[in-house]
Amino acid sequence: MARAVTPQRKALNTAIAWGIGLLIFFPILWTILTSFKTEAQAISDPPVFLFFDWTLENYSVVQERSDYMRFLWNSVIIAGGSTILGIIIAIPAAWSMAFVPSKRTKDILLWMLSTKMLPAVGVLYPIYLIFIRMGILDTRMGLVVVLMLINLPIIVWMLYTYFREIPGEILEAARMDGASLKEEILYVLTPMAMPGIASTLLLNIILAWNEAFWTLNLTAAKAAPLTAFIASYSSPEGLFYAKLSAASTMAIAPILILGWFSQKQLVSGLTFGAVK
Amino acid sequence: MGQIKLESVTKSFGPVEVIPPLDLTIEDGEFTVFVGPSGCGKSTLLRLIAGLEDITSGKISIDGQDATHVPPAKRGLAMVFQSYALYPHMSVRKNIAFPMKMAGVPVEEQNRRIEAAAAALNLTDYLDRRPGQLSGGQRQRVAIGRAIVREPGAFLFDEPLSNLDAALRVGMRLEISELHKRLKTTMIYVTHDQVEAMTMADKIVVLQAGVIEQVGSPLELYRAPRNVFVAGFIGSPKMNLLTGPEAAKHNAHTIGTRPEHIAISQTEGTWSGTIGVSEHLGSDTFFHVKCDGFDDPLTVRAGGEVALKYGDKVFLTPDLTQLHRFDAQGLRIA
Repeated sequence: MARAVTPQRKALNTAIAWGIGLLIFFPILWTILTSFKTEAQAISDPPVFLFFDWTLENYSVVQERSDYMRFLWNSVIIAGGSTILGIIIAIPAAWSMAFVPSKRTKDILLWMLSTKMLPAVGVLYPIYLIFIRMGILDTRMGLVVVLMLINLPIIVWMLYTYFREIPGEILEAARMDGASLKEEILYVLTPMAMPGIASTLLLNIILAWNEAFWTLNLTAAKAAPLTAFIASYSSPEGLFYAKLSAASTMAIAPILILGWFSQKQLVSGLTFGAVK
Repeated sequence: MGQIKLESVTKSFGPVEVIPPLDLTIEDGEFTVFVGPSGCGKSTLLRLIAGLEDITSGKISIDGQDATHVPPAKRGLAMVFQSYALYPHMSVRKNIAFPMKMAGVPVEEQNRRIEAAAAALNLTDYLDRRPGQLSGGQRQRVAIGRAIVREPGAFLFDEPLSNLDAALRVGMRLEISELHKRLKTTMIYVTHDQVEAMTMADKIVVLQAGVIEQVGSPLELYRAPRNVFVAGFIGSPKMNLLTGPEAAKHNAHTIGTRPEHIAISQTEGTWSGTIGVSEHLGSDTFFHVKCDGFDDPLTVRAGGEVALKYGDKVFLTPDLTQLHRFDAQGLRIA
């Protein structure tokens, strides 16, 4: 029997949902609002919410003091590069786990995931030293590799889940039709798993874009992405909240816009197979 | 082009041996049907021939060439799957073209073969649709089209009709038989439906638990089943099998008599019994008769217009010239 929902109850539920939604969104909203205030208004007590003198001054100061485009470009290269490299490596890995599993496939998947349980700072020293020896400290290439490795378990897991939904007979049909392994993956598996691959791609771009630990520790000036751009505004000599907020807004805007336009794809991809 | 020979082929999944050593030769141009109950290894056997599974030991040769370790793509065989296994993201045209694209057939030649196959399979109007927009029967035809254009040495069919409804199944059965007559290519067809086996095959291979119980033409199997299993499996409705004193009268452990080899009468006969359920098919009527002294009811075929009803007393007389006798091991006694 379907549960009866009274209009009052529905209104209450809607209000609660909106309340929780706004609560979660509030820090982002506050950051954006603060970015349009003067420094004095930004720290005023009691805080001002909407009624202040709106100004774009912070944005022009931030743009003057640091080259936003350079950080943005580094972010694009690092997030995009690590995700694409990860997908290229993960597709064959997930293929083998989904379609020719061995007794140890489950163990390998769990082991891969377990690397995510290690605190990143635990391997900072070895990785830092390796980067120095290899001369890839503060290079985009170095960060692409590290972030790819960090997110690889998630990419493999997601693709594995999507691939498991594809009937093996179709791949066998491709094999009977004369497709080599490469052609089978390229012409049959990948196009069929495209919705899943797309949402994996999106999620990992977001994860890599927002990654701060490695990007802050392994870069200085040349390869610094937007996370470093934000961090440069949280100085110990006294905080400029409004400018920090402006920098933050500029840093998160691209990924927020990407997320907004791809939310349908993301949600359908993430619930793929779960509601079948 | 298309003789397939299996020599001492075995298949094990871990410690479980699903195919004990097996020898079989399928002649060029023959329509061979593998039939048996679920789990008898018939699909596994087909997949071994296709190369989709590796054999554990033994040898498979195709046209005299050792194909044991040849990958599926290189065996020159085409397969039609139960689920059709069409590529959902490609149009019908691209589905059919796929094997030719893989083989590097020139585009003009591809188009010529696609048009020919589509015309033969009534798919011309659907070439630009996706498989999702087609009915079950159309999808099956696309799968067959995809197999034909490769001009393979042999076709492998893995229960291709079991996802279709009954009416469509009969139609497709005829189409596949027709295709075989026209192409004269070796076909191996797996089914659990003995009616499909009887109607389509040149040669039937009856399998049980990975073991070949009998190989022969449909009528050979029907007239002279080698053992009790084949006797019970081939023929619809099933052969009546009797054990005990009735069989002992004929110096056998088990005797079998087909429903059409029993005469039914209201006045006299060898066995007496009462009518149970009757199935009226119009042309025939099948009576399930509970006979005195037998555990299971006997199935008897009568004409379409016989007026007997539930509970009527009847007498049955088996045609002794058509009686099948089996020993204690279940093997036929000549």
